[in-house]
Amino acid sequence: MDKDITALQVLFTETYYWITVVMMFLIHAGFCMYEVGVSRRKNHMKTLMKNVMVIPTVGVTFYLFGWWLYSAMVNGPGITGGLVPSHFAEPWNELMAAHMGGKPHGADLSAADTALWARLNGVFWAAFLLFSWTTASIVSGSIIERVKSGAFWLIAVMLGSVTWIIDAAWGWHPAGWMVKILGYHDAYASGVVHAIAGGTCLAVLLNLGPRIGKFKPDGTPRNIPPQNPWLVCIGLFLIYTGFWGFYAACNIPIYDVQPGDAVFWSATNIYLQPTTLSAITFNFIMALCGGLMAGYIISKGDAYWTLSCGLSGVIATSAGNDLYHPIQAFLISAIIMVIIYKMHYWVERRFKLDDAVGAVAVHGYSGFLGVVAAGFVLWGYPSSPDALLGHAEPWARITPWGQLAGAVIMFWVLGFIPGYILSWILNKFGLLRVPREVELAGLDHAAMAEVMREDDEMRAVLAQEARASAK
Amino acid sequence: MTNTAPFENWDGNMFDLGPLYPMVGTEVTLVVILVICWIGWHILQIRQENKDYEDEARRLREGGNLQKALQDEHTLERM
Repeated sequence: MDKDITALQVLFTETYYWITVVMMFLIHAGFCMYEVGVSRRKNHMKTLMKNVMVIPTVGVTFYLFGWWLYSAMVNGPGITGGLVPSHFAEPWNELMAAHMGGKPHGADLSAADTALWARLNGVFWAAFLLFSWTTASIVSGSIIERVKSGAFWLIAVMLGSVTWIIDAAWGWHPAGWMVKILGYHDAYASGVVHAIAGGTCLAVLLNLGPRIGKFKPDGTPRNIPPQNPWLVCIGLFLIYTGFWGFYAACNIPIYDVQPGDAVFWSATNIYLQPTTLSAITFNFIMALCGGLMAGYIISKGDAYWTLSCGLSGVIATSAGNDLYHPIQAFLISAIIMVIIYKMHYWVERRFKLDDAVGAVAVHGYSGFLGVVAAGFVLWGYPSSPDALLGHAEPWARITPWGQLAGAVIMFWVLGFIPGYILSWILNKFGLLRVPREVELAGLDHAAMAEVMREDDEMRAVLAQEARASAK
Repeated sequence: MTNTAPFENWDGNMFDLGPLYPMVGTEVTLVVILVICWIGWHILQIRQENKDYEDEARRLREGGNLQKALQDEHTLERM
């Protein structure tokens, strides 16, 4: 009977994650539509391909080393222990391929390893990979219309397959050192996905510089409105839709959360603390409502900013949306939206920062402030189910200072600093920005020249026909 | 008869069934190939992109090509 229940638990978990992966694919579709909608017509194709090719570049590297980093780096290493052996996640391991869970071929695995990971490794890997694509895609939008695609894909590999997954190992893992020492709590990734992506965006933008014409000679910014606001809005709705899958994928769907011999099945968050899908559904929707309402008022009904604030409102509450009351989620979302909207325009003017999609604000500031807000609202909550996980001493509790330290690690230490160093190196080698003439003519100009020549020819023919008809 | 499978048939004890993929034992070689493909792709892509942009920038600097391109932008936006 126990074996039957365990088998059902594994099969259900496998199916559950597989479905979340499919749902999360919509995030990438949404990001592509959103970016293309924001970019000017002369840059559409390069903008689209820049984001599409995140899929293979981050996908391959996440297979090679990203997934291994998540399990191996939970102690730092060097903070609460050394590297953790994670054979199941090594790219040459038999469990990184089709496997039925029987006797292992390799000596580095036990029968328990294969029984546990055979059905879960691929779907867990894919769920985390989808988080990786999202993290990289956030940067993609902010740097459109002047960045070289090759530079962006190197940045995407760094962020999607190295830095974000290290932050996940540290602060988004039941054994992460930040959870243990800082009491860090970030259930739906305000910091571990959004703040780090925002920090990297900011760093790359500083080295990349603004688009030609973005700022007047006196430094006043010019508005470059979305070329197709309706495509942008549909893209954002797709991101909302995929975000449901993202939330579901941050949960473990069925787990015995009762310490001792008794059994109590529940969904848990990523730290194996009990929560319910109902709880996160309440809070997701109320945070969305708070973001949309605040965004509408602060932007005076601008569709682009209102929808962006809806998304950002969910991001702002994601750190604590497993535990918040829905009205708390609403209020946190609304308040943070007012702050990030003001900060976006202040930073734009003060530092001449041309963030084409507002990603630093929508993801970075919002994620940072969301992590800090959780420290106040969830002050004193346990960060880990100590008895369930057999901790000898209770782990740190959630505090404002633990959350602030965590937010700084996400945004600045793992987001900004590596992003700045890599983009600075790329810039020094002339690999970061397209030539000035190409930027002026449009990144697609060479590819579109033939189309335009044909269009000119067609116009000439039509004009000739019109003259003939007039005679 | 050649058999790349790590098992003889589907008739044995399912609890003994481990890897399903062909050519078990070649995993390290496959990983090396993937690493070469990954790094090689970036090198090829960056070379190609730089060359394309340099050629395009050179063309645009000649004569009135850049002005023509800016006019084309208006055509493009109407399409």
